[in-house]
Amino acid sequence: MGLFSKIKNMFKGYSEEEKTVEEEKEELEESTEVVEENHLEEEKSTKAVEEDIPEEKVVEEKTKKNGFFHKKEKEEEKKNVKIYEKGLTKSRQGFVSKLADLTNRYSKITEEYFEELEEILIMADIGVNTVMEFMDRLRDRVRKENISDPSELKEIIVDELFIIYVNDEVLSNKIQFREDGPTIVLFVGVNGVGKTTTIAKLAHKMIDEGKKVLMVGADTFRAGAVEQLKEWSDKVGAGFYGKEESDPASVVYDGIELAKKEKYDVVLIDTAGRLQNKVNLMKELEKINKVIEGQAGGCDETLLVIDATTGQNGVSQAKAFKEITNITGIVLTKLDGTAKGGIVLAIKESVGVPVKYIGLGETKDDLQVFDIEKYIYGLFKDMM
Amino acid sequence: MFESLGDRLQNALHKIKGYGKITEDNISDMMREIRLALLEADVNYKVVKEFTNTVKEKALGEEVASSINPGDLFVKIVKDELTELLGGESEPLNLKGDPATLMLVGLQGSGKTTTAGKLANFLRKKHSKKPLMVACDVYRPAAIDQLKQLGKQLNIEVYDEGKKDPVEIAKNAIAYAKENHYDYVLIDTAGRLHIDEELMDELDHIREEIQPQEILLVIDSMMGQDAINVITGFHDKLPLTGVILTKLDGDTRGGVALSVRHLTNVPIKFVGVSEKLDGLDSFDPERMAGRILGMGDIISLVEKATETIDEKEAEKTARRMQEGKFDLEDFLSTMKQMKKLGPLENLIKMIPGAKKMGLTDVKIDPKQMAHIEAIVLSMTPKERRNPDIIKASRKTRIAAGSGTSVQEVNKLLQQFDQMKKMMKQVSNGNMKLPF
Repeated sequence: MGLFSKIKNMFKGYSEEEKTVEEEKEELEESTEVVEENHLEEEKSTKAVEEDIPEEKVVEEKTKKNGFFHKKEKEEEKKNVKIYEKGLTKSRQGFVSKLADLTNRYSKITEEYFEELEEILIMADIGVNTVMEFMDRLRDRVRKENISDPSELKEIIVDELFIIYVNDEVLSNKIQFREDGPTIVLFVGVNGVGKTTTIAKLAHKMIDEGKKVLMVGADTFRAGAVEQLKEWSDKVGAGFYGKEESDPASVVYDGIELAKKEKYDVVLIDTAGRLQNKVNLMKELEKINKVIEGQAGGCDETLLVIDATTGQNGVSQAKAFKEITNITGIVLTKLDGTAKGGIVLAIKESVGVPVKYIGLGETKDDLQVFDIEKYIYGLFKDMM
Repeated sequence: MFESLGDRLQNALHKIKGYGKITEDNISDMMREIRLALLEADVNYKVVKEFTNTVKEKALGEEVASSINPGDLFVKIVKDELTELLGGESEPLNLKGDPATLMLVGLQGSGKTTTAGKLANFLRKKHSKKPLMVACDVYRPAAIDQLKQLGKQLNIEVYDEGKKDPVEIAKNAIAYAKENHYDYVLIDTAGRLHIDEELMDELDHIREEIQPQEILLVIDSMMGQDAINVITGFHDKLPLTGVILTKLDGDTRGGVALSVRHLTNVPIKFVGVSEKLDGLDSFDPERMAGRILGMGDIISLVEKATETIDEKEAEKTARRMQEGKFDLEDFLSTMKQMKKLGPLENLIKMIPGAKKMGLTDVKIDPKQMAHIEAIVLSMTPKERRNPDIIKASRKTRIAAGSGTSVQEVNKLLQQFDQMKKMMKQVSNGNMKLPF
């Protein structure tokens, strides 16, 4: 419960204070520090990799002790939080103001209160089944613990949402880099979710970390897809390999060969968008996987890209792609709109795949490491 | 996958049974199931609320006795109501104008560029007139290139000026189209968020400048609850004349269709049903209603079959079935075709009423299929064409050749015989399919 109580304390701090402009500013800084701890771990791990120390498993531990902050990291972190917040602001507004409104309007927990809460959660696309079970658990707790004050319930809501996502697991949101040869990351997903743009953003991030990155354009189907990736590779300074109108598996083969020969650190493979119920296209993906297995012993990461506006179909996407490939994480894109992307909670609950990155815009800087703490904090910030 | 509404209602039915009428008291479980079914289909929460209220009003007081199965009655009320909401008068595209201008707008990745290609192709085919496509997406890398490639595939001209001001490009394109006697101009715009004021203003400027006959919102059918924000966001800024729902060839229920109609009254004019450039259909409200309710989709089943099955081969087989000449050679080729369709379990699920018939739990063992194939392949062509000649010694040989037993060979031959008899009945029209 360490994480939850920490968050709760953070929120409590807010509500107890009178909200003058001055203080709100302070709060923002305070909150920045809390979320910082997570990132410190990430930065540490990056260093570990850079110094070739055998990689320590980086986890989102639930009990995290206060660390120390380097000035630079702190500033960097603040910038990250800001980007995160900026992107999530629009997503958050509707959701949070409704929740805040809800708790203000009700002085007692009634059936109407539950109904409205259910509406808010469903409107965030959290998933019908997940929400229904969540509501049942909540009702149970209210009855058993004899809770009647809505403000008390707010904390439990946050708690329960964390539990759904974390589920007592040790989650890693880091890319596992390989030391003997190029690290291979495969991107899959349905059409139009933003695979190509995500690759560009991730490449940019990795190049910043000093990695030599090759982009492989294996979307040989959609008109202009290879060209799109190539333009991005020029923009972010990554290597590029791709061929239009050829067999995607053979493009992947040649791409990996090139990466080995020219000693690239990372290979990011773009694949064609495919709807998960298309048997032939899913078989094609299977073939790509086999090629990678044969050449490099398999993918180090297979990232499923999901559009934040996706509804219940997201679960079906995750299930189907997981059957064919070993999905290691999700990239949730387009969170800079009004969509909340709540379906990732349902996906984590039912398929067990965690989110690794989120996309918050169209430029190369708009990719952030996903952090459930920040995500829920972002969604609930103004509520507590 | 999700349960269909019909299946869901079966569970809630016992409450109504025994009552003469549907009343406020016994309806609540049913309403809950309807509500969940619609929410699972991504119909907007508020729309669901209003919709279920309407259905409730219609259902209250209905005589249960008048219908044999109150569940069916309920499903019918829901489906009819849905169809009506989705339908309205179907409005054709407004193509009056010289040239007629159509503008495609929407979020990133909703499928505008592909739809532009499909629509241009559709218009050319239907009206045998000359379309021009205009590349106004100057932001996404290679978007212009994508449209040009589509133009090349379709042999339809694409107007572009590279990465200049989209308002200017659109204006110049119209002038160009007039000069060169194009009949239709399709403007592909960049994907944008409905809350991006700057880019939304840009769309409005294009609209002012060229006064298009149609402004079509292209929307992904997999969209969840956020659709309400997107639809109203675009509709508030631009006078939308229609909606095109894309990626309906996926397995999404597509509840967003209902949100579109309910919130804006803008008609859905087309649906995207494949990645191919002829994959654009006109919108069918009844089919959409069935889909949202998960009522099985015999049309998709047929479509899936036609997509993968060799048409000539299938025709030949069908003819031979009718003539009663169906032999093991045909059986073998049918089996090969079936394999291409993927796991049979998935196909069975698409059959309407599959659950009622107890078909959804059917597990087809691929090993057993392989055994059958091995047995047939161990026969000589002559034996396959005329299974009657297969007697004891041939059976022993076939069993040895396929690594099975004589009993298994016997079983296959018996089943084949039965199948042949059934086929005769079907082609004589003596047998009704169970749905």
